[in-house]
Parts: sequence; structure tokens; C-alpha cells
Amino acid sequence: MQQVFKRPTSLKDVATHFCPGCHHGTIHRLVAEAMDEHQVQPTTIGVASVGCSVFLYSYFDIDVIEAPHGRASAVAVGVKRAKPDAFVFTYQGDGDLAAIGTSEVIHAANRGEDITVIFVNNTTYGMTGGQMAPTTLVGQKTSTSPYGRNKSKDGSPIKMAELLAQLEGVAFSARVSVNSSKNIIDATKQMKKAFRCQIEKKGFSFIEVLSACPTNWGMSPIAANNWVASDMIPYFNLGIFKDSTGF
Amino acid sequence: MAKRLFVKGNEAVAMGALEAGCRYYFGYPITPQSDIPEYLSRELPKLGGEFIQAESEIASINMVLGASATGVRAMTSSASPGISLKQEGISYMAGSEVPGVIANICRSGPGLGGIDASQADYFQAVKGGGHGGYHIVVLAPASVQEMYDLTMHAFDLADMYRTPAMILADAVIGQMKEALIPNPRPTLNLPEKNWVVRGRKHGEQRVVKSLHLGDGELEAHNWHLHGKYDELRKKEVMYEEFMTEDAELIITAFGSVARIAKTAIMMGREEGLKIGLLRPITLFPFPSEIIKKLTERCKKILDIELNTGQMVEDVRLSVTCGTEVSFYGRPPGAGSLPPPEEVLKVVKKYI
Repeated sequence: MQQVFKRPTSLKDVATHFCPGCHHGTIHRLVAEAMDEHQVQPTTIGVASVGCSVFLYSYFDIDVIEAPHGRASAVAVGVKRAKPDAFVFTYQGDGDLAAIGTSEVIHAANRGEDITVIFVNNTTYGMTGGQMAPTTLVGQKTSTSPYGRNKSKDGSPIKMAELLAQLEGVAFSARVSVNSSKNIIDATKQMKKAFRCQIEKKGFSFIEVLSACPTNWGMSPIAANNWVASDMIPYFNLGIFKDSTGF
Repeated sequence: MAKRLFVKGNEAVAMGALEAGCRYYFGYPITPQSDIPEYLSRELPKLGGEFIQAESEIASINMVLGASATGVRAMTSSASPGISLKQEGISYMAGSEVPGVIANICRSGPGLGGIDASQADYFQAVKGGGHGGYHIVVLAPASVQEMYDLTMHAFDLADMYRTPAMILADAVIGQMKEALIPNPRPTLNLPEKNWVVRGRKHGEQRVVKSLHLGDGELEAHNWHLHGKYDELRKKEVMYEEFMTEDAELIITAFGSVARIAKTAIMMGREEGLKIGLLRPITLFPFPSEIIKKLTERCKKILDIELNTGQMVEDVRLSVTCGTEVSFYGRPPGAGSLPPPEEVLKVVKKYI
């Protein structure tokens, strides 16, 4: 019998610490598949951020540097400038990238650094217990927005994929989701493209992945998955916002 | 013999870094250190190196972290408020044992303060600076020549002990032009960098990190770091003694103000005063042992600093019982450099 589905070789054969229904596991798999497809695992240096994603090194069979909160893009720039032949990516959450790390990601993108930034947007600070993030939807209740995010006081959720698409140095910027088979298939395709963008030295590649956080949203895994479709996607539209890769 | 050059202290830092094999510089403009990035932005591209004027001090220290974690020699430089911003990254580098060199050509503070020569960052430099309880190597040059030599030494110590190392100087040393003999870098037996990230094709997975959640892991890590600091204290202390043998009063001073103290000592000696100088060159590790030894005989110490009293605390912890430690300091600010005559006047008060 032919085996048609197996664990990507870039992923270790271990159980993750992620909560039931969390999308990090699926996103890890997509990243590993892209790594396998392009055969970059042997030269990859990953940069882990602070939050649920910090344990990158526990799940990926790659060399990893752990960055301070929000600084993953800057650390990745240092790595890539020193080792231009390495495949360098960051994996950052919304608190990390879209709040404390906005300066680092915007300027790495603007310089057109040949790095790939994977941005997991679950509208909340997962690791610290579900506080309001820059991506929290208007009206969404969190532990620090108990009355719901107030647009007049907290502003509207930040759309990073669209924002970065405005910058000259960005070669590829897309938002994908892993809440359905159809979306996973498309996410896989875009993830591979983001990787190829760096391999062919086209410039900065950015891929935002919408993710469920059932624990901090106070929902069942199924309800959380449905909420991505009903509430997140209408605001955080899926799509490619910039693609100058030429492939 | 190498040619004698006439250069600025800041340029000497940049030249020393290049001689030490540093090809990666990440920084952000701030007075009075901007000659360093200016020099390196010109020279690094010629040598196949990388220069980034980063978006912030925070980003630049993290670029150093990333580059150094791959095994190359990398550095950044700044001045006081910028160094405050770098402290987060320095703490992570200390925690994950990533080497790197940081030049702090101090301004006066606190806050935006001013751009005058100051030694007000002594505490920040030697007592950890960032969170978490660590030390970094701190070297205090007192001449343009030392800016060059000690920058090279900083890279070696950083690699040897897997630690950030700081050059702590001020505008006087950074902006002053003096003769420099650019001696070549000494060849040292440095340990192989068997910890750097390089990609799995070269071997087992490597992780550079400072998070330790396993039972007892973080405690063990902290004891390991502590052991490293003890080793530095035992092996790497540097200082200069000047006319201490028969001294009845010894001045302790570092960096620029030690130069002024030296002139005052020579003036005093002409008047028959038995005074000398102990100049710490490594501020961490601090030369406690020699201060202890000197104060077994000489019971009067006058500590002089361009601040309101910082290193004097370490001097007091080092002296033998019964030693009288006096302090003369000028808080940083315009016109705060004490002339030798004034230092001599203070010496006469305490001797």
C-alpha cells in the first residue's frame, strides 16, 4: 500500500503543547511542508518570538534563535546579513509583531530584506491569558477589554498584510486562513510562494495566517473555527495584497 | 613598526573593530558616537562587510544578536539614552550567551541630559544594566590608543566567555584626536564556536535561547553564568598603577578623568606630595584585589569621577579595614571637567 500522507521531515515526531482547536499545529505543518518542498530545512535558521510560538525549536527540526518580544524581524535581519545563503524566517504572533514589534517588521520589510515573516493572527495575546491585541476585533471581549474593544478608544484592528503591501521592499504579502480544507489548500500554496520568494532573492515576504484561539476566546474548538469564518475573515479579508515575485 | 596615525577616539574604536575581524555593524545615530557608524559605513562595504543604519537602538542590538548567533563578529555603538534602549537585547544576549561588542560613548544624563563628557553610566554598565541579574565585560579606555586596543580585546573576551562586552568611554576620549599606533590583533587561542546556529546540514539541531522552563534548568543556568563572572574576576582584571609604591594617598579614577588625575599627581609630586593613581581598565571585572593590596599599606583613597559617586561604591567594598575613602565628583554637564589644579586642591584637603 502506498503512503500518501506523512509527517513533513522538517517537523519532529513530538506532541505539541498547543490547546485543543488551536491552529498553530496546522500552521506549523504548512511551514514544514513548504520547507520540505523547497528542501531548505538543512540551511534554515528560524527565529522564534515570544508567546505560544516560542517553542518553535521543540517542534521544528531546524536551528533556532529565540528573539526578545517583538524583535524577531531584527534578529532575522542580523542572521540573513551574516549568512545570506541561509533560509531565514520568523514566526510571530499578533502581540509580538503588530504591537511591540511593528517598528522592526516595517523597517525590515521596507529595506526589502530577504527574509520570510510568518505572522499568526489570533486576535489575542494567547500565552499571557487572552488580553486585547492590536488585531482584536471591535466589540470583541478579552481580559483587558471586558466591555469589548472600543473603536473610539482602542482604535480598529490593524491589518498588517495590507499595511506592509504598501512598502516598496515587500515582494509578497498575503493573508490566508486554515479554518477549512479549501483555505488550507490555498494557505499551503501561498506559504510555498512566500518561501520561494526568499529562495529566489525577490525581497521581503510576508504571510499572515488567521488562527483560532479557543481557550482565550472561551469557545469550543468547533465554535472557534466557525468564528474565524463568521467574524475574522469578513474584517481580515483573505488574499494576496502584493506579489511582485513574477512567479 | 606600524605607522603612527592621528585619529579620533571614536575612529580608533571602528579601526580596532575592523582589525579584530568585525565585519558586521548595526547602529543608530546619536552624539557623541556618530563617528563610529560614519567610519564603518564607509569602510565595511570595501571589506565585504555589512552596515545597517537600523530603525532604532533596539533593532540594532537585536541585529547584533542575530549576526553573532551565527558565529561572526558583530558590534553596535551608541551613547547613554541609546544604550538604555539596548539593555533589553543585552540582557537576552547575556542570557543566551551570545557575544558581541557595544561601544558606549557616554553622554550626560539622566534623560536627554546633555552631550558633555560623563561617567554617569558606570552603574548601568557594571551592575547589569538590563533585567535578570547578569554582568557584561566593561572596558574603560583612557586614550585613543586604548580605544583601539581595548576594542580588539573586547571582541576576544566576548568570544572567550560568550558574553557581551562594552567599551565605556565619554565624549573626551571619543572626540579627542591623539596618536595611534594600529598594532595588529594578537593571535589568541579562542574556543571553537560550537554553539552557533548554522543549519541542520552541518549537524545536530542548535538552539540559541534564554528561556529555561524545565525543573531546575534556570537555576543551573544562573549558577553557570555566575561561575563565568567569577572566572572573569580571577583571570581578566586589568588596571594601571601610577606612582603608587610610596603613595600616602591613592587616587582611583577611570577613563578621561584618570588622565586629569595623572597630571595633578605629577604637579603634586613636584611639590613633594606622595600621591599615586590606580586606574581600573576593566570596570567589570573590577580590580578589587589590587585595591585591597594597596590599602594594606596606604590608608587614604580619593576616588574621582565625572558623576556624583558610583565607582566609589566598588572602591569602598574593596579596601582594607581602616582605609579612609573620600570622593570628589563633578556631576555631568557643561564645564564639569575639573582642571588638574582643582584635583590637586582636593588632594591636599585629604592627604
